Amino acid sequence: MIEIKNLDVYYKNVDKHVKVIDNANLTVKKGDICAIIGPSGGGKSTLLKVLAGIIVDYEGKVLIDGKTVNPKIHRIGLIPQNYGLIKWKTVEENIFLSTKIKDGKGNIDLNFYEKILKELKLKDFVKRYPGELSGGQMQRVSMARALLLKPNLLLMDESFSALDAMTRENVQKLFLEVWEEHKVTTIIVTHDIKEAIYLSKNIAVISSSPGKIVEVISNPLFGRVNMEMEIEYIQINSKLRKTLKGDS
Amino acid sequence: MRLKEYKIVNFIIAFIIIFGLWQIAVMIINKPLFPQPYAIIINIVRTFHKDIAIHVVYSLIRIIVGLLFTLSIGIPVGILMGYFKKVDSILSPIIYFNYPIPKIALLPIVMLIFGLGDSTKVVMIFLITFFPVVVNIKDEVKNIPEDVFYTMYSLGATHFQIIKEIVLPGIIKAILTSLRISIGTAISVLFFTENFGTEYGMGYFIMDSWMRINYIQMYSGILILSLIGLFLFILIDVLEEILCPWRK
Repeated sequence: MIEIKNLDVYYKNVDKHVKVIDNANLTVKKGDICAIIGPSGGGKSTLLKVLAGIIVDYEGKVLIDGKTVNPKIHRIGLIPQNYGLIKWKTVEENIFLSTKIKDGKGNIDLNFYEKILKELKLKDFVKRYPGELSGGQMQRVSMARALLLKPNLLLMDESFSALDAMTRENVQKLFLEVWEEHKVTTIIVTHDIKEAIYLSKNIAVISSSPGKIVEVISNPLFGRVNMEMEIEYIQINSKLRKTLKGDS
Repeated sequence: MRLKEYKIVNFIIAFIIIFGLWQIAVMIINKPLFPQPYAIIINIVRTFHKDIAIHVVYSLIRIIVGLLFTLSIGIPVGILMGYFKKVDSILSPIIYFNYPIPKIALLPIVMLIFGLGDSTKVVMIFLITFFPVVVNIKDEVKNIPEDVFYTMYSLGATHFQIIKEIVLPGIIKAILTSLRISIGTAISVLFFTENFGTEYGMGYFIMDSWMRINYIQMYSGILILSLIGLFLFILIDVLEEILCPWRK
Protein backbone atom coordinates (compact mmCIF):
# COMPACT_ATOMS: atom_id res chain seq x y z
CA MET A 1 0.00 0.00 0.00
CA ILE A 2 1.12 3.51 -0.80
CA GLU A 3 0.32 6.28 1.68
CA ILE A 4 0.98 9.96 1.22
CA LYS A 5 0.20 11.94 4.37
CA ASN A 6 0.24 15.73 4.71
CA LEU A 7 2.95 16.06 2.09
CA ASP A 8 4.50 19.48 1.56
CA VAL A 9 7.29 20.01 -0.97
CA TYR A 10 9.24 23.20 -1.48
CA TYR A 11 11.65 24.19 -4.22
CA LYS A 12 14.51 26.44 -3.27
CA ASN A 13 14.45 29.44 -5.58
CA VAL A 14 17.55 31.60 -5.00
CA ASP A 15 16.52 33.35 -1.78
CA LYS A 16 13.02 31.98 -1.15
CA HIS A 17 11.22 28.66 -0.87
CA VAL A 18 8.39 28.03 -3.35
CA LYS A 19 5.73 25.58 -2.25
CA VAL A 20 4.97 23.15 -5.07
CA ILE A 21 2.92 20.55 -3.17
CA ASP A 22 0.58 21.58 -0.41
CA ASN A 23 -0.69 19.10 2.16
CA ALA A 24 -1.23 16.24 -0.29
CA ASN A 25 -2.95 13.11 0.99
CA LEU A 26 -3.47 9.93 -1.00
CA THR A 27 -3.75 6.22 -0.40
CA VAL A 28 -3.31 3.58 -3.10
CA LYS A 29 -4.13 0.00 -2.19
CA LYS A 30 -1.71 -2.78 -2.98
CA GLY A 31 -2.23 -3.97 -6.54
CA ASP A 32 -4.30 -0.95 -7.58
CA ILE A 33 -3.72 1.58 -10.33
CA CYS A 34 -4.19 5.22 -9.47
CA ALA A 35 -3.95 8.10 -11.92
CA ILE A 36 -2.90 11.55 -10.83
CA ILE A 37 -4.36 14.10 -13.17
CA GLY A 38 -3.89 17.82 -13.17
CA PRO A 39 -2.75 20.85 -15.13
CA SER A 40 0.85 21.38 -16.22
CA GLY A 41 2.99 22.84 -13.47
CA GLY A 42 0.67 21.44 -10.83
CA GLY A 43 3.33 19.41 -9.10
CA LYS A 44 2.37 16.00 -10.56
CA SER A 45 5.91 15.16 -11.60
CA THR A 46 7.25 16.48 -8.30
CA LEU A 47 4.89 14.12 -6.47
CA LEU A 48 6.15 11.28 -8.62
CA LYS A 49 9.77 12.18 -7.86
CA VAL A 50 8.99 12.08 -4.15
CA LEU A 51 7.43 8.64 -4.59
CA ALA A 52 10.47 7.51 -6.59
CA GLY A 53 12.80 8.63 -3.83
CA ILE A 54 14.45 11.19 -6.11
CA ILE A 55 13.27 14.14 -4.01
CA VAL A 56 13.99 13.44 -0.35
CA ASP A 57 13.65 16.95 1.00
CA TYR A 58 9.95 17.10 1.95
CA GLU A 59 7.61 17.41 4.91
CA GLY A 60 4.98 14.82 5.77
CA LYS A 61 5.02 11.09 5.22
CA VAL A 62 5.37 8.98 2.11
CA LEU A 63 5.11 5.28 2.88
CA ILE A 64 5.38 2.13 0.83
CA ASP A 65 3.98 -0.85 2.75
CA GLY A 66 4.31 1.11 5.98
CA LYS A 67 7.94 2.15 5.50
CA THR A 68 9.21 5.56 4.43
CA VAL A 69 9.98 5.48 0.73
CA ASN A 70 13.61 4.59 0.15
CA PRO A 71 14.97 3.39 -3.20
CA LYS A 72 17.61 1.35 -1.36
CA ILE A 73 14.91 -0.69 0.41
CA HIS A 74 11.95 -0.57 -1.96
CA ARG A 75 11.78 -1.75 -5.52
CA ILE A 76 10.52 1.19 -7.51
CA GLY A 77 10.04 0.93 -11.25
CA LEU A 78 10.05 4.34 -12.91
CA ILE A 79 8.95 4.96 -16.49
CA PRO A 80 9.78 8.60 -17.24
CA GLN A 81 8.18 10.73 -19.92
CA ASN A 82 10.99 10.15 -22.40
CA TYR A 83 11.38 6.51 -21.32
CA GLY A 84 14.80 7.01 -19.70
CA LEU A 85 16.49 4.52 -21.99
CA ILE A 86 20.24 4.59 -22.38
CA LYS A 87 21.11 5.01 -26.04
CA TRP A 88 24.49 3.32 -25.75
CA LYS A 89 23.01 0.12 -24.32
CA THR A 90 21.07 -2.47 -26.30
CA VAL A 91 17.44 -3.18 -25.50
CA GLU A 92 18.52 -6.25 -23.53
CA GLU A 93 21.14 -4.29 -21.56
CA ASN A 94 18.58 -1.57 -20.85
CA ILE A 95 16.05 -4.09 -19.56
CA PHE A 96 18.64 -5.88 -17.43
CA LEU A 97 19.96 -2.66 -15.93
CA SER A 98 17.29 -2.24 -13.23
CA THR A 99 17.79 -5.75 -11.85
CA LYS A 100 21.54 -5.55 -12.30
CA ILE A 101 21.66 -2.43 -10.11
CA LYS A 102 19.22 -3.80 -7.53
CA ASP A 103 20.25 -7.43 -7.23
CA GLY A 104 23.60 -7.79 -9.01
CA LYS A 105 24.42 -9.11 -12.45
CA GLY A 106 24.18 -12.79 -11.54
CA ASN A 107 20.69 -12.54 -10.04
CA ILE A 108 18.61 -11.74 -13.08
CA ASP A 109 15.57 -14.00 -13.34
CA LEU A 110 15.99 -15.08 -16.95
CA ASN A 111 12.72 -17.04 -17.07
CA PHE A 112 10.82 -13.97 -15.91
CA TYR A 113 12.76 -11.89 -18.44
CA GLU A 114 11.70 -14.22 -21.26
CA LYS A 115 8.09 -14.04 -20.05
CA ILE A 116 8.11 -10.24 -20.05
CA LEU A 117 9.73 -10.12 -23.48
CA LYS A 118 6.96 -12.33 -24.80
CA GLU A 119 4.20 -10.35 -23.09
CA LEU A 120 5.54 -7.04 -24.36
CA LYS A 121 6.36 -8.42 -27.80
CA LEU A 122 10.02 -7.40 -27.59
CA LYS A 123 11.76 -10.64 -28.56
CA ASP A 124 12.79 -9.38 -32.00
CA PHE A 125 14.35 -6.17 -30.70
CA VAL A 126 16.66 -7.26 -27.88
CA LYS A 127 19.89 -6.67 -29.79
CA ARG A 128 18.85 -3.28 -31.13
CA TYR A 129 19.73 0.11 -29.68
CA PRO A 130 17.04 2.60 -28.53
CA GLY A 131 17.87 4.84 -31.48
CA GLU A 132 16.66 2.07 -33.78
CA LEU A 133 13.24 1.78 -32.10
CA SER A 134 9.90 3.55 -32.55
CA GLY A 135 8.28 5.47 -29.68
CA GLY A 136 5.93 2.57 -28.91
CA GLN A 137 8.80 0.08 -28.84
CA MET A 138 10.84 2.32 -26.53
CA GLN A 139 7.83 2.62 -24.24
CA ARG A 140 7.57 -1.18 -24.08
CA VAL A 141 11.30 -1.53 -23.35
CA SER A 142 10.98 0.98 -20.52
CA MET A 143 8.00 -1.00 -19.20
CA ALA A 144 9.95 -4.26 -19.43
CA ARG A 145 12.86 -2.73 -17.51
CA ALA A 146 10.51 -1.63 -14.73
CA LEU A 147 8.61 -4.94 -14.60
CA LEU A 148 11.73 -7.15 -14.52
CA LEU A 149 12.49 -5.46 -11.22
CA LYS A 150 9.30 -7.03 -9.74
CA PRO A 151 8.55 -3.62 -8.24
CA ASN A 152 6.61 -2.74 -5.09
CA LEU A 153 5.55 0.36 -6.95
CA LEU A 154 5.41 1.25 -10.63
CA LEU A 155 5.50 4.95 -11.49
CA MET A 156 4.63 6.29 -14.92
CA ASP A 157 5.21 9.94 -15.74
CA GLU A 158 3.17 11.00 -18.79
CA SER A 159 4.55 7.83 -20.32
CA PHE A 160 2.10 7.64 -23.22
CA SER A 161 2.04 11.34 -24.09
CA ALA A 162 4.76 11.22 -26.76
CA LEU A 163 3.05 8.44 -28.74
CA ASP A 164 0.74 8.91 -31.71
CA ALA A 165 -2.95 8.06 -31.14
CA MET A 166 -2.91 4.54 -32.61
CA THR A 167 0.35 3.49 -30.94
CA ARG A 168 -0.86 4.98 -27.66
CA GLU A 169 -4.05 2.87 -27.77
CA ASN A 170 -2.10 -0.29 -28.55
CA VAL A 171 0.51 0.27 -25.84
CA GLN A 172 -2.14 1.19 -23.26
CA LYS A 173 -4.03 -2.01 -24.06
CA LEU A 174 -0.83 -4.01 -23.80
CA PHE A 175 0.03 -2.28 -20.53
CA LEU A 176 -3.34 -3.31 -19.02
CA GLU A 177 -2.86 -6.91 -20.16
CA VAL A 178 0.57 -7.01 -18.54
CA TRP A 179 -0.72 -5.27 -15.43
CA GLU A 180 -3.52 -7.88 -15.11
CA GLU A 181 -0.82 -10.54 -15.17
CA HIS A 182 1.45 -8.97 -12.54
CA LYS A 183 -0.92 -6.72 -10.51
CA VAL A 184 1.78 -4.20 -9.64
CA THR A 185 0.72 -1.19 -7.56
CA THR A 186 0.89 1.60 -10.12
CA ILE A 187 0.68 5.36 -10.08
CA ILE A 188 0.24 7.06 -13.43
CA VAL A 189 0.74 10.78 -13.84
CA THR A 190 -1.14 12.22 -16.80
CA HIS A 191 -2.92 15.30 -18.06
CA ASP A 192 -5.12 13.22 -20.39
CA ILE A 193 -8.60 12.60 -18.91
CA LYS A 194 -9.42 9.70 -21.25
CA GLU A 195 -6.12 8.00 -20.41
CA ALA A 196 -6.78 8.41 -16.68
CA ILE A 197 -10.27 6.90 -17.00
CA TYR A 198 -9.10 3.99 -19.17
CA LEU A 199 -6.02 3.08 -17.16
CA SER A 200 -6.83 3.62 -13.49
CA LYS A 201 -9.15 2.39 -10.77
CA ASN A 202 -8.93 5.67 -8.88
CA ILE A 203 -8.26 9.13 -10.18
CA ALA A 204 -6.66 11.76 -7.95
CA VAL A 205 -7.14 15.31 -9.16
CA ILE A 206 -4.31 17.66 -8.30
CA SER A 207 -4.76 21.43 -8.33
CA SER A 208 -2.30 23.80 -9.92
CA SER A 209 0.72 25.10 -8.07
CA PRO A 210 0.97 24.60 -5.19
CA GLY A 211 -0.32 21.14 -6.03
CA LYS A 212 -3.03 19.87 -3.73
CA ILE A 213 -5.01 16.67 -4.16
CA VAL A 214 -8.53 18.11 -4.28
CA GLU A 215 -10.50 14.98 -5.08
CA VAL A 216 -10.10 11.23 -5.51
CA ILE A 217 -12.67 9.69 -7.82
CA SER A 218 -13.42 5.98 -7.91
CA ASN A 219 -13.50 4.88 -11.56
CA PRO A 220 -15.81 2.02 -12.59
CA LEU A 221 -14.72 2.31 -16.24
CA PHE A 222 -11.19 1.05 -15.63
CA GLY A 223 -9.91 -0.96 -18.59
CA ARG A 224 -13.15 -0.70 -20.55
CA VAL A 225 -12.76 -0.31 -24.29
CA ASN A 226 -15.05 1.93 -26.37
CA MET A 227 -16.25 3.67 -23.23
CA GLU A 228 -16.59 7.12 -24.77
CA MET A 229 -20.29 6.70 -25.57
CA GLU A 230 -21.24 5.41 -22.12
CA ILE A 231 -23.15 7.66 -19.74
CA GLU A 232 -20.70 6.91 -16.91
CA TYR A 233 -17.78 8.03 -19.04
CA ILE A 234 -19.48 11.30 -19.89
CA GLN A 235 -20.31 11.84 -16.20
CA ILE A 236 -16.79 11.11 -14.94
CA ASN A 237 -15.23 13.09 -17.77
CA SER A 238 -17.45 16.07 -17.03
CA LYS A 239 -16.79 15.78 -13.29
CA LEU A 240 -13.04 15.72 -13.85
CA ARG A 241 -13.22 18.66 -16.25
CA LYS A 242 -15.28 20.61 -13.75
CA THR A 243 -12.81 19.92 -10.95
CA LEU A 244 -9.87 20.82 -13.17
CA LYS A 245 -11.55 23.96 -14.51
CA GLY A 246 -12.63 24.99 -11.03
CA ASP A 247 -9.00 24.83 -10.15
CA SER A 248 -7.80 26.97 -13.04
CA MET B 1 29.76 4.26 -40.87
CA ARG B 2 33.09 5.97 -40.60
CA LEU B 3 35.12 2.98 -41.66
CA LYS B 4 33.33 2.78 -44.97
CA GLU B 5 34.20 6.41 -45.57
CA TYR B 6 37.84 5.38 -45.58
CA LYS B 7 37.90 3.85 -48.99
CA ILE B 8 41.42 3.56 -50.24
CA VAL B 9 40.28 4.94 -53.57
CA ASN B 10 39.27 8.23 -51.88
CA PHE B 11 42.74 8.56 -50.37
CA ILE B 12 44.43 7.83 -53.64
CA ILE B 13 42.29 10.50 -55.33
CA ALA B 14 43.12 12.99 -52.54
CA PHE B 15 46.85 12.28 -52.88
CA ILE B 16 46.70 12.59 -56.65
CA ILE B 17 44.97 15.98 -56.35
CA ILE B 18 47.44 17.28 -53.73
CA PHE B 19 50.49 16.06 -55.65
CA GLY B 20 49.04 17.30 -58.94
CA LEU B 21 48.58 20.81 -57.52
CA TRP B 22 52.03 20.58 -56.00
CA GLN B 23 53.54 19.58 -59.32
CA ILE B 24 51.82 22.55 -61.02
CA ALA B 25 53.17 24.90 -58.32
CA VAL B 26 56.68 23.46 -58.79
CA MET B 27 56.53 24.02 -62.54
CA ILE B 28 55.34 27.62 -62.07
CA ILE B 29 57.73 28.60 -59.26
CA ASN B 30 60.69 26.43 -60.35
CA LYS B 31 62.99 27.00 -57.35
CA PRO B 32 64.90 24.48 -55.18
CA LEU B 33 62.64 25.47 -52.27
CA PHE B 34 59.84 23.51 -54.02
CA PRO B 35 61.14 20.07 -54.98
CA GLN B 36 59.22 17.71 -57.24
CA PRO B 37 56.66 15.64 -55.27
CA TYR B 38 57.91 12.38 -56.77
CA ALA B 39 61.45 13.27 -55.55
CA ILE B 40 60.09 13.55 -52.01
CA ILE B 41 58.34 10.19 -52.20
CA ILE B 42 61.46 8.53 -53.62
CA ASN B 43 63.50 10.15 -50.83
CA ILE B 44 61.10 8.80 -48.20
CA VAL B 45 61.27 5.31 -49.65
CA ARG B 46 65.07 5.44 -49.78
CA THR B 47 65.82 7.06 -46.42
CA PHE B 48 62.88 6.20 -44.16
CA HIS B 49 64.35 3.11 -42.61
CA LYS B 50 67.86 4.55 -42.32
CA ASP B 51 67.25 8.20 -41.36
CA ILE B 52 63.62 8.98 -40.59
CA ALA B 53 62.13 5.99 -38.72
CA ILE B 54 63.95 6.73 -35.45
CA HIS B 55 62.53 10.28 -35.43
CA VAL B 56 59.01 8.95 -36.08
CA VAL B 57 59.34 6.53 -33.18
CA TYR B 58 60.49 9.28 -30.79
CA SER B 59 57.69 11.63 -31.84
CA LEU B 60 55.02 8.93 -31.64
CA ILE B 61 56.13 7.86 -28.16
CA ARG B 62 56.05 11.47 -26.94
CA ILE B 63 52.56 12.02 -28.41
CA ILE B 64 51.18 8.78 -26.98
CA VAL B 65 52.66 9.28 -23.50
CA GLY B 66 51.51 12.93 -23.40
CA LEU B 67 47.98 12.00 -24.46
CA LEU B 68 47.86 9.10 -22.01
CA PHE B 69 48.66 11.54 -19.20
CA THR B 70 45.98 13.91 -20.47
CA LEU B 71 43.33 11.21 -20.66
CA SER B 72 44.20 9.54 -17.37
CA ILE B 73 43.86 12.83 -15.49
CA GLY B 74 41.45 14.73 -17.76
CA ILE B 75 38.74 12.04 -17.93
CA PRO B 76 38.27 11.65 -14.14
CA VAL B 77 38.40 15.43 -13.62
CA GLY B 78 35.86 16.02 -16.44
CA ILE B 79 33.55 13.32 -15.06
CA LEU B 80 33.71 14.68 -11.51
CA MET B 81 33.01 18.22 -12.75
CA GLY B 82 30.10 17.11 -14.93
CA TYR B 83 28.55 14.82 -12.34
CA PHE B 84 29.02 16.70 -9.06
CA LYS B 85 27.83 20.32 -9.10
CA LYS B 86 30.03 21.18 -6.11
CA VAL B 87 33.20 19.91 -7.80
CA ASP B 88 32.21 21.88 -10.90
CA SER B 89 31.68 25.08 -8.93
CA ILE B 90 35.12 24.70 -7.32
CA LEU B 91 37.13 23.59 -10.35
CA SER B 92 35.44 25.52 -13.18
CA PRO B 93 36.94 28.90 -12.24
CA ILE B 94 40.40 27.29 -12.03
CA ILE B 95 40.00 25.53 -15.38
CA TYR B 96 38.54 28.59 -17.15
CA PHE B 97 41.27 30.82 -15.71
CA ASN B 98 44.05 28.58 -16.99
CA TYR B 99 42.47 27.48 -20.27
CA PRO B 100 43.20 30.67 -22.29
CA ILE B 101 46.85 30.94 -21.23
CA PRO B 102 48.99 30.17 -24.29
CA LYS B 103 50.70 27.06 -22.99
CA ILE B 104 53.61 27.41 -25.36
CA ALA B 105 54.56 30.53 -23.35
CA LEU B 106 55.13 28.19 -20.40
CA LEU B 107 57.85 26.28 -22.28
CA PRO B 108 60.77 28.10 -20.57
CA ILE B 109 59.29 27.37 -17.14
CA VAL B 110 58.59 23.74 -18.02
CA MET B 111 62.17 23.42 -19.32
CA LEU B 112 63.53 24.84 -16.08
CA ILE B 113 61.48 22.39 -14.04
CA PHE B 114 61.70 19.25 -16.20
CA GLY B 115 64.97 19.84 -18.03
CA LEU B 116 65.67 19.49 -21.73
CA GLY B 117 64.72 15.81 -22.12
CA ASP B 118 61.56 13.98 -23.07
CA SER B 119 59.68 15.01 -19.90
CA THR B 120 59.39 18.59 -21.14
CA LYS B 121 57.87 17.50 -24.45
CA VAL B 122 55.38 15.20 -22.72
CA VAL B 123 54.45 17.85 -20.14
CA MET B 124 53.88 20.43 -22.88
CA ILE B 125 51.57 18.05 -24.75
CA PHE B 126 49.74 17.37 -21.48
CA LEU B 127 49.38 21.07 -20.66
CA ILE B 128 48.04 22.03 -24.05
CA THR B 129 45.57 19.13 -24.41
CA PHE B 130 44.37 18.76 -20.80
CA PHE B 131 41.98 21.74 -20.66
CA PRO B 132 39.97 21.11 -23.84
CA VAL B 133 39.64 17.44 -22.85
CA VAL B 134 38.30 18.33 -19.38
CA VAL B 135 35.82 20.90 -20.71
CA ASN B 136 34.60 18.58 -23.48
CA ILE B 137 34.05 15.65 -21.12
CA LYS B 138 32.39 17.81 -18.47
CA ASP B 139 29.92 19.14 -21.06
CA GLU B 140 29.19 15.64 -22.36
CA VAL B 141 28.38 14.38 -18.84
CA LYS B 142 26.04 17.33 -18.36
CA ASN B 143 24.35 16.49 -21.68
CA ILE B 144 23.22 13.06 -20.49
CA PRO B 145 19.41 13.35 -20.20
CA GLU B 146 18.07 13.79 -16.66
CA ASP B 147 15.52 11.02 -17.27
CA VAL B 148 18.35 8.51 -17.40
CA PHE B 149 19.64 9.62 -13.99
CA TYR B 150 16.13 9.61 -12.49
CA THR B 151 15.63 5.94 -13.28
CA MET B 152 18.99 5.20 -11.65
CA TYR B 153 18.15 7.25 -8.53
CA SER B 154 14.80 5.45 -8.21
CA LEU B 155 16.72 2.16 -8.20
CA GLY B 156 18.87 3.37 -5.34
CA ALA B 157 22.01 3.22 -7.50
CA THR B 158 25.25 4.44 -5.91
CA HIS B 159 27.36 7.17 -7.53
CA PHE B 160 29.89 4.52 -8.47
CA GLN B 161 27.22 2.43 -10.22
CA ILE B 162 25.86 5.48 -12.06
CA ILE B 163 29.33 6.52 -13.24
CA LYS B 164 30.19 2.96 -14.28
CA GLU B 165 26.92 2.13 -16.02
CA ILE B 166 25.82 5.49 -17.40
CA VAL B 167 28.50 8.17 -17.40
CA LEU B 168 31.59 6.29 -18.55
CA PRO B 169 29.99 4.50 -21.52
CA GLY B 170 28.13 7.72 -22.33
CA ILE B 171 31.27 9.81 -22.75
CA ILE B 172 33.28 7.46 -24.96
CA LYS B 173 32.29 9.51 -27.99
CA ALA B 174 33.44 12.71 -26.25
CA ILE B 175 36.73 11.08 -25.27
CA LEU B 176 37.40 10.13 -28.88
CA THR B 177 36.41 13.61 -30.11
CA SER B 178 38.77 15.11 -27.53
CA LEU B 179 41.50 12.80 -28.73
CA ARG B 180 40.91 13.84 -32.33
CA ILE B 181 41.32 17.51 -31.41
CA SER B 182 44.22 16.82 -29.09
CA ILE B 183 46.22 14.91 -31.68
CA GLY B 184 46.36 17.93 -33.99
CA THR B 185 47.37 20.17 -31.11
CA ALA B 186 49.87 17.64 -29.77
CA ILE B 187 51.61 17.36 -33.14
CA SER B 188 51.85 21.15 -33.42
CA VAL B 189 53.29 21.62 -29.95
CA LEU B 190 55.61 18.68 -30.39
CA PHE B 191 57.02 20.16 -33.58
CA PHE B 192 57.91 23.27 -31.62
CA THR B 193 59.30 21.60 -28.50
CA GLU B 194 61.40 19.11 -30.47
CA ASN B 195 63.55 22.03 -31.56
CA PHE B 196 64.98 22.23 -28.07
CA GLY B 197 67.26 19.81 -26.25
CA THR B 198 66.89 16.79 -28.52
CA GLU B 199 68.36 15.21 -31.61
CA TYR B 200 65.39 12.97 -32.22
CA GLY B 201 61.83 13.64 -33.25
CA MET B 202 60.13 14.91 -36.38
CA GLY B 203 60.33 18.53 -35.23
CA TYR B 204 64.09 18.27 -34.93
CA PHE B 205 64.35 16.35 -38.21
CA ILE B 206 62.41 18.95 -40.20
CA MET B 207 64.21 21.98 -38.77
CA ASP B 208 67.61 20.31 -39.04
CA SER B 209 66.95 19.51 -42.73
CA TRP B 210 65.86 23.10 -43.30
CA MET B 211 69.06 24.47 -41.73
CA ARG B 212 71.13 22.14 -43.88
CA ILE B 213 69.18 23.41 -46.91
CA ASN B 214 68.10 19.84 -47.62
CA TYR B 215 64.59 20.74 -48.80
CA ILE B 216 63.71 17.27 -50.06
CA GLN B 217 64.46 15.84 -46.62
CA MET B 218 62.53 18.70 -44.99
CA TYR B 219 59.43 18.05 -47.11
CA SER B 220 59.78 14.33 -46.44
CA GLY B 221 59.56 15.13 -42.72
CA ILE B 222 56.49 17.33 -43.19
CA LEU B 223 54.76 14.66 -45.26
CA ILE B 224 55.53 11.99 -42.67
CA LEU B 225 54.26 14.23 -39.87
CA SER B 226 51.05 14.59 -41.81
CA LEU B 227 50.87 10.82 -42.30
CA ILE B 228 51.36 10.26 -38.56
CA GLY B 229 48.36 12.53 -37.92
CA LEU B 230 46.33 10.72 -40.59
CA PHE B 231 47.20 7.34 -39.11
CA LEU B 232 46.14 8.46 -35.62
CA PHE B 233 42.88 9.95 -36.91
CA ILE B 234 42.01 6.71 -38.70
CA LEU B 235 42.90 4.76 -35.56
CA ILE B 236 40.45 6.86 -33.54
CA ASP B 237 37.72 6.41 -36.13
CA VAL B 238 38.26 2.65 -36.01
CA LEU B 239 38.04 2.80 -32.20
CA GLU B 240 34.82 4.79 -32.47
CA GLU B 241 33.37 2.19 -34.79
CA ILE B 242 34.18 -0.55 -32.27
CA LEU B 243 33.33 1.29 -29.04
CA CYS B 244 30.22 3.22 -30.17
CA PRO B 245 28.16 0.69 -32.13
CA TRP B 246 24.91 2.56 -31.29
CA ARG B 247 26.00 5.40 -33.56
CA LYS B 248 25.79 3.26 -36.72
